[in-house]
This record gives sequence, structure tokens and C-alpha cells, in this order.
Amino acid sequence: MAISEISLQNLQVSFGEKQVLKGVNLEVVPGETMAIIGPSGTGKSTILKVLTGLLEPTGGRVFIEGHEVTHLNEDQWNGIRKNVGMVFQYSALFDFLDVGENVAFGLRQHFRLSEDEIRKRVDTLLQDVGMLDAKNMFPAELSGGMKKRVSLARALAFRPRIVLYDEPTAGLDPLRTMSISHLIRETQQKYKITSILVTHDMESVYAAADRVAMLNEGRIAAVGTPEEFRNSPDPLIRGFITGEDPEGALIR
Amino acid sequence: MLQELCAFVGRRMFAFARATGGMMNLFLDTLSKMRAVDLKETVRQMAMLGADSLPIVLLTMLCTGMVFSVQTAKEFVVLGASNTVGGIVAIAMGRELVPVLAGVVVAGRIGAAIAAELGTMKVTEQIDALRVMATSPVRYLVCPRVLAIALMMPVLVVFGNFVGNAGGYLVAHYYADISSFTYLNSIKMLSEPFDIFGGMIKGAVFGVIISIVGCYKGLHARQGAEGVGLATTASVVLSIILIFITDYFMTVLMWAADI
Repeated sequence: MAISEISLQNLQVSFGEKQVLKGVNLEVVPGETMAIIGPSGTGKSTILKVLTGLLEPTGGRVFIEGHEVTHLNEDQWNGIRKNVGMVFQYSALFDFLDVGENVAFGLRQHFRLSEDEIRKRVDTLLQDVGMLDAKNMFPAELSGGMKKRVSLARALAFRPRIVLYDEPTAGLDPLRTMSISHLIRETQQKYKITSILVTHDMESVYAAADRVAMLNEGRIAAVGTPEEFRNSPDPLIRGFITGEDPEGALIR
Repeated sequence: MLQELCAFVGRRMFAFARATGGMMNLFLDTLSKMRAVDLKETVRQMAMLGADSLPIVLLTMLCTGMVFSVQTAKEFVVLGASNTVGGIVAIAMGRELVPVLAGVVVAGRIGAAIAAELGTMKVTEQIDALRVMATSPVRYLVCPRVLAIALMMPVLVVFGNFVGNAGGYLVAHYYADISSFTYLNSIKMLSEPFDIFGGMIKGAVFGVIISIVGCYKGLHARQGAEGVGLATTASVVLSIILIFITDYFMTVLMWAADI
């Protein structure tokens, strides 16, 4: 088995008295897309915040590409972050920059590239996500789906080895949901990226993920392939997939 | 009852101490990252935050100079001290009125804008996005704003002095019949270059206060539109209070240190 690209060992996160993550164990191998599903408020997005250094764990250990990142300072995190891209739930595009400049932002900040090289790389990325025509538009002029696409292009600009998606299909209609899901799959295959996809949307999981982890009550309750989840008799998984929870496994 | 009062006072003092410490940390962090400041962004901020404030600062100073002259000129003529009006207006404007009032105007216009902009960026995760892209929000957002306002405030002070004194002269000359020579000679005899230069130093310090407070309040805005609104209001109120307190100590240091 390959060495894990991302490893969470007994990860715990608390906000004051409230413990959100109570000991998460998860291994993500290089090149795979791991979906994390689970009811709202169980800490799925919190895992992504820990993996980008936006939150410091209160317990356990976190490894990215074999390096322990559990208690790094901001400068040490900046070295790690150059290999990690993130697509935020509400896109988080810089509203004072147009689409092209949003995608070019990281390149201008961290690479000594000529304007011509930056333009070529931005155009290629926008072409990949189908947004080249919107290069000169501002985020306020874009629809939710368009913003997600630009956000993905921006996350890929660094050529990261890991991309984290926080609810990339939230608030989108079914057509755009599938379009974004296929884009995630194509991106993973084209750039050989390791991904974590936090989502509620099972259609997106079936279309984009290699494996699925279910988070419930602050712990990983099950890990398997999308097919295994689809056919699972486990009431917890069935309840989440079908939206029916007669045994009260999900909502207590 | 007494216990509740003590708890309330304690909580407020703790919050004040935490905010003060946080702002001081932000200021030191800003200084440490200033050598890597984005100059292009700084120039953009200078135009947006400084140059665009010029009209309202000039209008404020023109009115202040005129009002000050109205209140003093005729009384001083009656007292036989018409040859001091120009100097008194120039000293008052240079040392106090221009830097303090420009600070208040800029706190209301720019401090609020900074807090609202950064607060909105905070609640829409744009600040998190900056950090995830290995870009320090302090270096990218705070440093250019602090440098831009610290550089532009002295410029506003110089223009404010010019317009304020012009307003004072017009009123003294046409309303109180003080001759041009008497008025200008009074400025020459009573005031000195440090009256303006000291005001410019004050302006730069007030600029740093306004930008640090605005950035701190914006970066610590709580979630939602209400959080941004509260951050904006708090930024203006705190900036103005700190300007008045700092002004007293700077005045003592610069002009009354020997008493």
C-alpha cells in the first residue's frame, strides 16, 4: 500500500466546551479522491480547515506528504500551502480582482514569471474549467457555478499536489452539480492530484470519488468505495443516502 | 448586584485589554512585514484613501479657519491685538485643528471603509483564501493601507493648513478689516515652521492609528452583515478616541515638554 498523502491520526478539535472532532482517523493515498460525507455540523469542513492550517487541532496528529503539520506556525504552514489548493464553499474569490487576476493571484505572489507566462497559464486554466470567455468579468457578475469553476482554476494555478473541495456543489442545480463533479474527476485525472471532497451530495460522490468516508458524531463511522456505500445495508449509511432515518442513526 | 457590576466591569476591561494587545500585535506584525510591502498596491491605496479624501478635508479646514477667524478677529481688534490674529489662527490650525480634524474626517471616511472592506473579506472567507494561498493578510492588506495613510495624512495636513489659513485671512480682512500686511506679518512673527511640521508628524501618527484600528476591527469582524456593521462603527469610535488621547500626549511632548 502506498504511503498516505494525508494522514489524520486521532484528530480532535474543540470550540470552547464543544468537541466537534472526537478522534478522526483517516488515510488518503496519493492520486485518489476521498469524499467525506456526513450530516451537517459533524465537522467535515473543520477537517479541511485543519489541513490548510486555518485551525489548530486540540488533539491528535496530522501528516501531509509525510510531514507532521499538527502544530506549525504561519510561516511553516506557508511552505506546505504552496502544495495545497482549496475550493471554498462560497468560492471566496477576491471581489476587487477580475477573473483573470484572481487566477493569476498566486502566481504573481509567489513565482517570478513573465507577464506572458502568467497570461498563458491563466488562459490554459480558464480554458480547462470552461471560463476563458469570462476572464475580464468580476466575481459579482458571475453565477454560483461560474464562481466555483473560477475558484477551481485559482486553486490549480500553483500546480498543487493536493486539492481540497469544501461543498463544491452546494447551492447548484442538478445539471451544474454534475458538471462540477465531472470537472473534479477530470482535474484529478489530468493533473494526478490527491483530493478531499467534502459534500452532502451523493451524486457528486458517485461521479467524482474513489473512496468515501462517513463522518458521524465527530468520528469516521465507515470508509469504502462509492459502490460499497451505494449497496451498504448499514442503517447509518442508508439513512444518509436515502434521507430516511427510521432508526434514528443520524439525527438524535 | 455588586457581584454582577464587578463581573461586567471585569469583562469590559478584559475585552479592552485583549483588543489593545491585539492592535499592538498587529502594529508590530505590520512593521516586521513592511519591507516586503506591495508598492503597486500602496500607490493604489494612496490614491483611493488619501487623494480622494482631499476635497472633504479642504472643505472642513476652510470652514474651520473661517469660523476661527470670525470668533477671534473682531474681539482681538477691540482689545487692540489685531496684529496677533493671523499668528494665532496659524498656530491653532497648524498645531491642533488641522491634524486633529483631518484625523477625525479620515477616521470617518477611510477608517470605516477599511473596516467594512476587510470585514466583508473576513465573513466571505477571502481572508482565509489569502492564507491558504500562502499570502499573509497583514503583508498584502494591512501594510499597504498603513503605509498609504501614514504618507498621505501629512500631505492632507499641508493642504489643510494652506486652505484653513486662507479662509482665516479672508474673514479677518473682509469681516474685521485687518489689513493683509498685519495679518501676514502676524503669521510671520508668531508662528514657526515647526507648527506645520509638528502637525504633519501628528497627522502621520493619526494615520497609523486609523489604519491599524480599521484593519484590526475588519480582520476580527464577526460573521454576518451585523458583524461588519459593528466593526465599522467600532473602528470609527475607537480611532477618534485614540486620536484625542494621543493628541494630548503628542502636544505635551512637542510643545510643552519644558513645563
